[in-house]
Amino acid sequence: MTQEPIEVILLRHWASYMAIPIWICGPDGTLVFYNEPAEGLLGRRFDEEGEINTAELADLFVTTDLDGTPIPAADLPIARALSEHHPTHRHLRIRNGEGREVAIEVSAFPIEGQGGRHLGAFAALWEMTTP
Amino acid sequence: MRYGGDTSAVQVVGDDGTWLLLDAGSGLLHVTPLVPVEIERIDILLTHLHMDHIQGLGFFYPLRDAGVETHIWGPASAVRSLTRRLNRYLSPPLFPVHLRDLRSLQIHDIASDRFTIGGFEITSDLIAHPGPTLGYRIEENGKSLAYLPDHEPALSGREFPFDSRWTSGFDLMAGVDVVIHDAQYTEAEYAQRVGWGHATVEHARMLAMQAGVGELVTFHHDPEHTDDDIDRMLAAVDSGPLRVTPGQAGLELSL
Repeated sequence: MTQEPIEVILLRHWASYMAIPIWICGPDGTLVFYNEPAEGLLGRRFDEEGEINTAELADLFVTTDLDGTPIPAADLPIARALSEHHPTHRHLRIRNGEGREVAIEVSAFPIEGQGGRHLGAFAALWEMTTP
Repeated sequence: MRYGGDTSAVQVVGDDGTWLLLDAGSGLLHVTPLVPVEIERIDILLTHLHMDHIQGLGFFYPLRDAGVETHIWGPASAVRSLTRRLNRYLSPPLFPVHLRDLRSLQIHDIASDRFTIGGFEITSDLIAHPGPTLGYRIEENGKSLAYLPDHEPALSGREFPFDSRWTSGFDLMAGVDVVIHDAQYTEAEYAQRVGWGHATVEHARMLAMQAGVGELVTFHHDPEHTDDDIDRMLAAVDSGPLRVTPGQAGLELSL
């Protein structure tokens, strides 16, 4: 398998040390890495199950605004960062396959590498204590 | 000194006489007398712009020879062109000659690229070192060389070097005949220098083994290490089936 770009390699290494949930997507939206704090939200372990493609990702969650309005997959912060190439921030509520529901705020950034390369996007998630 | 005290510069000559210079450290001064009088073109591939990799440029006379077409290739930046960044060194007060006065000079900003120079097929890619830093893979007629003089592959992650997809420099090195790779630190030194951008001899060995390299040339010796220190570092490495050659000034390899 072709080596990942250095920007994504270093981002994954950084994410592996962070205490906040971090997701990293490739240019096609595949979740290529999520760190240990993110595993709790996703309900699956990266070391065991690996990356998650967009179709699988859509099935993993029910995502809504804080008032319960469903959010289309394309409007999720990381999807918008990926498609629009600018940072996005949003408050939302997710329920994973294990039935765990949590209110979070998400900041997503596109990974814009040297030489004008669009390498994907990453998101930092923060569990809200007062949704 | 057995291993030498100059900074990074490697001369590569192709089957068709094409000249490549890998980096332009002070070692470039030793290359200057070797430049053929009749040469028409020289290409200098810079890995990055730290002073130890460009300090020989100002004293490389072919740059000032209008009859020699000189190309400098180096890492692109999102902020400033390679020309403008080189200008910070090759201009007064640091140097009496302006880059703009070198009429036969062409400068190329590259990142992850593939290009041809003479009979050489060259692949560049960004690797783990502070600031935009390139490694190069050079191929000609079935022979291959990789050059990663400043590289900290251990920053790739906890699985280093066993997950090739997530290992900096892996694709550049995969299956090459020879890799010239950073091997600056001992294990004890590296523990105090994580993030400084360099490797241990063992890091270089593990990565070369994992990438299926034929020969590892250890490079970028620490300026505070004596020849005896380097001897001890290399003696401590169990190279196994990998051929390990200590890089030293004047070393010549034929592929």
